[in-house]
Amino acid sequence: MSVGTLVTRLSTEMRRSRSIRLSGGILVAIAIIAIIGPFISPHSYLTTDFDGTFVRPTVNSFHLFGTDDLGRDLFVRTLMGVQVTLLVAIIASIVSLVIGVAYGAVAGYVGGRIDAVMMRAVDALYALPFIFLVILLMVVFERNFLLIFVAIGAINWLDMARIVRGQTISLKEREFVDAAKLIGVPAWKIIFRHITPNLLGVVIVYVTLTIPQAILVESFLSFLGLGIQEPQTSLGALVNGGVSQMERASWLLLIPAVLLATILLCFNFLGDGLRDLFDPRQQSK
Amino acid sequence: MSLLNVNELSINYPGSPPVIDRLNFAIERGEAVGLVGESGSGKTQTALSIMGLLPENAKASGEVVFDGDNILGAPANTLNQYRTKRMSIVFQDPMSALNPYVRVGEQLNRILIEHELVSEDDVDDRSLEMLQLVGLPDVKRQYRSYPHQLSGGMRQRVMIAAALIGRPELLIADEPTTALDVTVQSQILGLLRQLREKFNTALLLITHDLGVVAGNCDRMLVLKNGELVESAPTREIFTAPAHPDTKAMVAAAKRSGMHPHTRKRPTDEQPVLDIAGLAVSYSVPGERRSRRKLEAVRGLSMTIAPGETVAVVGESGSGKTSLARAIVGLLPIQDGKLSLSGKQLKGQVESRPNAVRRELQMVFQDPVSSLNPAMRIDEIIIEPLTIHEPDRIKANKRELVTGMLQRVGLDERLSRRYPHELSGGQAQRVAIARALVLKPKILICDEAVAALDGSVREGILELLRSEQEQSGLALIFITHDLATVRQISHRVLVMYLGRVCELSDTESLFMRPKHPYTKALLDAVPIADPDVGIVVLSELGEAPSMMKPPPGCVFHPRCTYSVLRCGDDLPELQDFDKTSVACHRATELDL
Repeated sequence: MSVGTLVTRLSTEMRRSRSIRLSGGILVAIAIIAIIGPFISPHSYLTTDFDGTFVRPTVNSFHLFGTDDLGRDLFVRTLMGVQVTLLVAIIASIVSLVIGVAYGAVAGYVGGRIDAVMMRAVDALYALPFIFLVILLMVVFERNFLLIFVAIGAINWLDMARIVRGQTISLKEREFVDAAKLIGVPAWKIIFRHITPNLLGVVIVYVTLTIPQAILVESFLSFLGLGIQEPQTSLGALVNGGVSQMERASWLLLIPAVLLATILLCFNFLGDGLRDLFDPRQQSK
Repeated sequence: MSLLNVNELSINYPGSPPVIDRLNFAIERGEAVGLVGESGSGKTQTALSIMGLLPENAKASGEVVFDGDNILGAPANTLNQYRTKRMSIVFQDPMSALNPYVRVGEQLNRILIEHELVSEDDVDDRSLEMLQLVGLPDVKRQYRSYPHQLSGGMRQRVMIAAALIGRPELLIADEPTTALDVTVQSQILGLLRQLREKFNTALLLITHDLGVVAGNCDRMLVLKNGELVESAPTREIFTAPAHPDTKAMVAAAKRSGMHPHTRKRPTDEQPVLDIAGLAVSYSVPGERRSRRKLEAVRGLSMTIAPGETVAVVGESGSGKTSLARAIVGLLPIQDGKLSLSGKQLKGQVESRPNAVRRELQMVFQDPVSSLNPAMRIDEIIIEPLTIHEPDRIKANKRELVTGMLQRVGLDERLSRRYPHELSGGQAQRVAIARALVLKPKILICDEAVAALDGSVREGILELLRSEQEQSGLALIFITHDLATVRQISHRVLVMYLGRVCELSDTESLFMRPKHPYTKALLDAVPIADPDVGIVVLSELGEAPSMMKPPPGCVFHPRCTYSVLRCGDDLPELQDFDKTSVACHRATELDL
């Protein structure tokens, strides 16, 4: 059904777009390496080696990215950081996708007073300084992997809900929605069968653009020491650790920072490319 | 030497067949040439290439010779020597062609200043003079209006003023009246002709409507898939078309005016739909927070028998669509009663029981937007049954879809396509199939063929007619096109500003209209016969706003026959032999 067309259209159109091809390719490559890498490497992310601290990146003994102040292999730790970062990004996006699309579509379709109440609730949540709230939560409930996902998702779904609501309002004026009402389709089914599939384009684009946002928030939390707990790590935590060793072992900062920047840029380019793809003005060409 | 010579013009877009293929034609000074063809035949592309307005990715080859110079592909500053001063264009949609943020007069002034047509001091005078020439009432006030404050017809008059302000030698008019009501159309066409004679301007009139060309052009060019299939004097094309496609076009145009359908109107015991005193209104957010009421339909009563077709006609803003949407329950009813087979319909569509919902179906104007772009054709056709008869589709979904597609004249291979892969006509057939799969008692077609080309339109009408014969379906056919009305309907309801003017048998309506408004509508229809010409209803003007309907008979300010009483009393609908008319002078007038 609709997802099918979307996939076929995406795959044909994607081949034409250089930015999507390139950024998508790099992301897939990074993800594959991050998953396979730790199995290939003889090192583990938590084994310390006090005889081999601050080893420069070298092919000898397979410390490709060198080691840190505790002699842990940076290559494996970086890949683990990539895994965590991507996981955070994906879970946060799914949270924002599910809540945001459902909330926005319902508010937009039902309209009237219910819509007003639902959207004022969103406005109220917007008014909260989320980062401080998250920091507070982290301090109160101890640092918790799950809490990060929830916190980041909770920030992102607000934007998603607004965008989806706007799209829904314009879609529900279309005649196929009237036609669906006339043939007796119930309201919930109109929302999920007629409205949401037509939102997919916008939603996909928006998700790819929120992923970097989620990554940044996670990095920021980790940088403040409120994110992932040692010995586990994320790219943000690695950058944080690298900063303190910057003068002694610059690779500890540079390698995770460059990777983080690459991932962020790739997602941004991917989002831009997808947005062009779904822009109706582009389609007419 | 001709004013314009188009030699071997071809236009290509990357990755698709040529939209114009080696086109040759010429336009003499002061001559009016009609360029006709179905949509997608390349009419507009030809116009754009003459004006140098083709999009950047278009590749044009050949020559466009204007008064001896080839201007095809010329740089912008060369073209600007020609635009406005020597040639101009009027587009179909006047709203999108005018800048919404700039006052009308200022827009004309800018053209004059940009092209240094008159000295700065005379700019205002020249613009005012031009607006006066195109027949804008109360010119001083309109001069200071923004485009959205003008009606569609007035906007198109402004566009014509803008196009002719530089006294060009060639005017290209690309479907200049397609977006307008027939009454306004006849006025605009009359205006074009009058100004053309005054300034001796050559005209290239692009249209899909042969009726528009018949009375307005000396010569006709017929395009088909980017190729010129025929070029001859208008009279010759209408009397002896040479090319088979032209023959079909002319035959279709003539048939629509001449061959009324002659089936007898079923007068059944019980009406399938009974409308009594129906009123529909919207609240419109007005200025200063005051919510004003727009009464779209007022006091409308009629009955429809099973198997009958009632056409609803009127200008835009007459309340036709509101009537349709209120019947099916997409709009709330303010007052009055609706009964389906004797049972009263209550509430809007969401609150009606499913058994009632399936009896009332609707086909919309834009076939593409009425089909969900994310659903496959077979899913669209079968969807009504998934709600009403889920058991029936479990076993034989394929056969049901194939059967429905065949019934509406579509290839079964289309079932796995998506709406955007269909043509307009095919999509409309799918929409009809979706409506008919529930076997409704009433099908409402809201301008269902308005967006379609002539031959496709005929096919859809034929389909609806045969469906009606087989199943006793009652049709409510909403349209602004009177030619279609005559072909399909038993009775006609003429609406004006939400009120019924006349409810009549189709033939007596066309032969002996009783209401002055009906007469005006009929006179305004362009007839596809060069010998008949066009009646210009310049005194008719345009419909007033629905927000402020005039007192008494709503039509009286535009009515040539109005007497004192018309402005005071609202006329009741009086019954005559084959017609009911709401006019105080119905008995005495002989229209």
